[in-house]
Amino acid sequence: MAKKALVVKAKELKTDVAVVKDFEVSIGRIIDETWTEPVGPTPFPSITDLREWDFKLLHRYKPMYMPFCDLCCLCTFGKCDLTQEKRGACGLNMAAQQSRIVLLACCIGAATHLGHARHMVEHVIEKFGRRYPLDVGGVNVQLEAPITRLVCGIRPRTLGDLEDVLDYLEDQVTHLLSATHTGQEGSNLDFESKVFHAGMVDHVALEVADIAQIAAYSFPKADPQAPLVELGYGTIDTHKPVIMVVGHNVISSIGIIDYLKENDLYADVEVTGLCCTAHDTTRYSSRAKIVGPISWQLRFIRSGIPDVIVLDEQCIRADTMLEAKKIKAPVIVTSDKNCQGLQNRTNDPADEIVADLVNGKVPGVLILNSEKAGEVASRTALEIAPKRKKLKIVPSVKGIIEAAKKCKLCNDCTRACPEGLPIPEAMREAATGNVQMLADLYETCVGCGRCESACPNDFSIHSFIIATAGNILKEEKFKIQAGRGAIQDVEIRNVGSPIVLGEIPGVVAFVGCANYPHGGKEVAEMCKEFADRRYIIVLSGCSAMSAAMYKDEEGKTLYEKYPGDFDAGGIVNVGSCVANSHIAGAAIKIANIFAKRNLRANYEEIADYIYNRVGAVGVAWGAMSQKAAAIASGCWRLGVPVIVGPHGSKYRRMLLGRKDNEKDWYVYDARTGDRVYVGPVPEHLFYTVETKEEAIVMVAKLCMRANDTSKGRAIKLTHYIDLHKRLYNTMPDDIHLFVRTGADIPITMKEEILDILEKKGWKEGWIPDPTLLPRLIRKRKE
Amino acid sequence: MQAESWQTAEVPGPTKALVITKPEVVVAMVKRAKRPILIVGHEAVDIDAGNEKLIDYTINLAKTAHIPVVATAHIVGEFLKRGFPPAGWMPAVDITNRLRDPEWKGLDGKGRYDVALFTGIPYYMQWILFSTLKHFALNLKTISLDRFYQPNATWSFPNLSVKDWNENLGAILSKLGGE
Ligand code: SF4
Ligand code: SF4
Ligand code: SF4
Repeated sequence: MAKKALVVKAKELKTDVAVVKDFEVSIGRIIDETWTEPVGPTPFPSITDLREWDFKLLHRYKPMYMPFCDLCCLCTFGKCDLTQEKRGACGLNMAAQQSRIVLLACCIGAATHLGHARHMVEHVIEKFGRRYPLDVGGVNVQLEAPITRLVCGIRPRTLGDLEDVLDYLEDQVTHLLSATHTGQEGSNLDFESKVFHAGMVDHVALEVADIAQIAAYSFPKADPQAPLVELGYGTIDTHKPVIMVVGHNVISSIGIIDYLKENDLYADVEVTGLCCTAHDTTRYSSRAKIVGPISWQLRFIRSGIPDVIVLDEQCIRADTMLEAKKIKAPVIVTSDKNCQGLQNRTNDPADEIVADLVNGKVPGVLILNSEKAGEVASRTALEIAPKRKKLKIVPSVKGIIEAAKKCKLCNDCTRACPEGLPIPEAMREAATGNVQMLADLYETCVGCGRCESACPNDFSIHSFIIATAGNILKEEKFKIQAGRGAIQDVEIRNVGSPIVLGEIPGVVAFVGCANYPHGGKEVAEMCKEFADRRYIIVLSGCSAMSAAMYKDEEGKTLYEKYPGDFDAGGIVNVGSCVANSHIAGAAIKIANIFAKRNLRANYEEIADYIYNRVGAVGVAWGAMSQKAAAIASGCWRLGVPVIVGPHGSKYRRMLLGRKDNEKDWYVYDARTGDRVYVGPVPEHLFYTVETKEEAIVMVAKLCMRANDTSKGRAIKLTHYIDLHKRLYNTMPDDIHLFVRTGADIPITMKEEILDILEKKGWKEGWIPDPTLLPRLIRKRKE
Repeated sequence: MQAESWQTAEVPGPTKALVITKPEVVVAMVKRAKRPILIVGHEAVDIDAGNEKLIDYTINLAKTAHIPVVATAHIVGEFLKRGFPPAGWMPAVDITNRLRDPEWKGLDGKGRYDVALFTGIPYYMQWILFSTLKHFALNLKTISLDRFYQPNATWSFPNLSVKDWNENLGAILSKLGGE
């Protein structure tokens, strides 16, 4: 009922564009008489309200499908063979099927963040009350929820206000998911528009989850000086009982830290984690530690160091129970989404549960109460640690050499390995006593364990790699800045102009998972490259961790070397995956705070602004999850291009511009209504690369925007050309597409570029006030 | 002849590449092609092909059979270093996207390509790019010159030993009149 009322009210508003004040939602909770900003055209947009905007983007960036399978097997009509223009029994073709799968992935991603957000909001409301204020940055952050304001048209002031937002989001995901049913949507472009909608919904969910936890748990509040915290296996004091937390929802980890603090035990126990829960534990307590990204799960468990493993939700290995059993570490699962077949002991006395875990009576328990989970985890760790004696299952090097002699050299491992690592060759070497080749695989191995499942000899190949790499793991001692959360309004004020004019050449976001093609080092290298060039670097999730795992000659990590300010040359860790919202939020804030565009329910105009003016690019170098797909989709709808590493090709659809089709690259000049050619800026919206070098050059290129001033364009071109020359060993072949007037030409390369322009038959153009939206034209020509 | 995907799980479905059982197959395809094109990925710089690198082999092949080359990723410089300017360079997804476009007139503006040879792109990425072409470029024949079976190509070698692969590549070149 409530949801329906909300939507009805929103629809009424839409008929009266941009004039409704004192927006009141009839379910009665969001009454904001103080926000005088007019309501824009799309409060709480339905799944078709932004379709026209999506189609404008999809017209430029036509989807290229890369089917991952020839078949559709979603219903019992099938399987259907969709190869080469065949249609399924329901009439669907391959393009629609691929876009449908992309939509499914994005719905999974959005639902996951949304489920997380709902749990977080309910939990903190129970603890702190609905009226608890949403303070995410004190006086420095007046614009506390830019995405929510933009999409929903409301200004959430308290935790309770977020519930209404979640109602809307859940409604949308349901509709989106229903569109994937057999015999529903049949147009690939409409599926794509829905993908964008799922992405937008996802971004709101991210924001809700993160601002709720920042406010309730006093995480760093838009703090460029957020503390440096410890990261890496080597930072963990293995003499202490160790609690390992994995996942994305920090509530149970907070239960642990609170229990330890209240009982004066925090100094006696190490709380350390992987993936985003680890990020968020360090935002809660700078004494908590991070082991590393998602791909460190197996290696850390097998090291025997964790005494208790606590799982919440998302990105947890499904075989954690099996691995934990081998090292005799009990597992506590704490999320209703991830119960692992364990008995629900939520209502049992803590004493009994602890006794059962310590005595090995049960391998693990489900506890759906964070305080109890915190107590049980802490007490179990303290009691079991002396018994376990850090039992590990990593074999000795001698044992590995003996095993290697029995290797069949069958290649099953390398054929199962996502990276195609040369394991058989390494085994052949190991059989001769030289394990160096095995050790060398450490940097690239993503810790998936697929090689082991494939091996007919049941070799623990991943463990072989870890064991032979020996000290590398122990020497992993790094510093990372704890996730700072939002970007301050004043920071936006300072950088808004140089970004929009192009003088800060770009904002580059390194986000997402750790399915890297050649290890995490490439993330750090890319960050350094652009920070040194005075781009603004923002990071989140596993990428933020990987960027911390490399040191310079002085032994410093990027976070020690570069400031954490959202400014040219800054390296900014916003936090966990849900903190990605602050990256999108920063782009939105530029449009609002710097450019004074109305934000409230004004999605299309703000996206048009960002698309044409804010040189932001996302790089998801190791993206693999459905959540990453949803986050990327939210960026696309906002007009922010995303580059993925080579494994990202498996997302099965790219959004590619065609710089050779001149007609695709016209905008309106908002001053005159003229149609103006602005060149392919940005050239692609979603694009997968083969190599780091290719990614670097493309980042520089995709930061160009139609609105760049000549000074800004010259700066951006300088970086693009310089990087292209260094990494491709030649001039780019498309410079003429990015020079609009003579003043755009970088002064130091004038002769060379003029020569190229002449050969290409280049003609001088002009720089419009660019928009894709005819309604924003201020004065039409007669 | 049946062949298996090199990465075990990368199986496509009912439509699988025909297996190149002898080098003459490729030779005939190239000779018959009106407008062939050769796409070379970054791994060609590191992969050994007999006494040379794969990139050197592709240069020989291109010169011998007069096939224009597109260098993907960042390796145009490697071609230039070897004194061989490729006909073009662009991302692997971009050349694939153009090849599936019935309106695209080619690098020289003279019309569509009818045969596309690929080599040196990471296996799983090449796999999926071939899939695009298999489904959406029905008039294009694709050939994988890589050592491993690429089921989404029109024609591909089966998984070969280094020795057999080198011999096949050598035979293709010599039968086309090269050294
Ligand atoms: S959903 Fe359509 S294409 Fe898929 S299996 Fe069913 S009938 Fe076939
Ligand atoms: S665990 Fe490492 S070596 Fe084994 S398949 Fe995965 S990435 Fe390859
Ligand atoms: S799968 Fe096992 S037996 Fe086969 S090559 Fe790999 S390690 Fe050796």
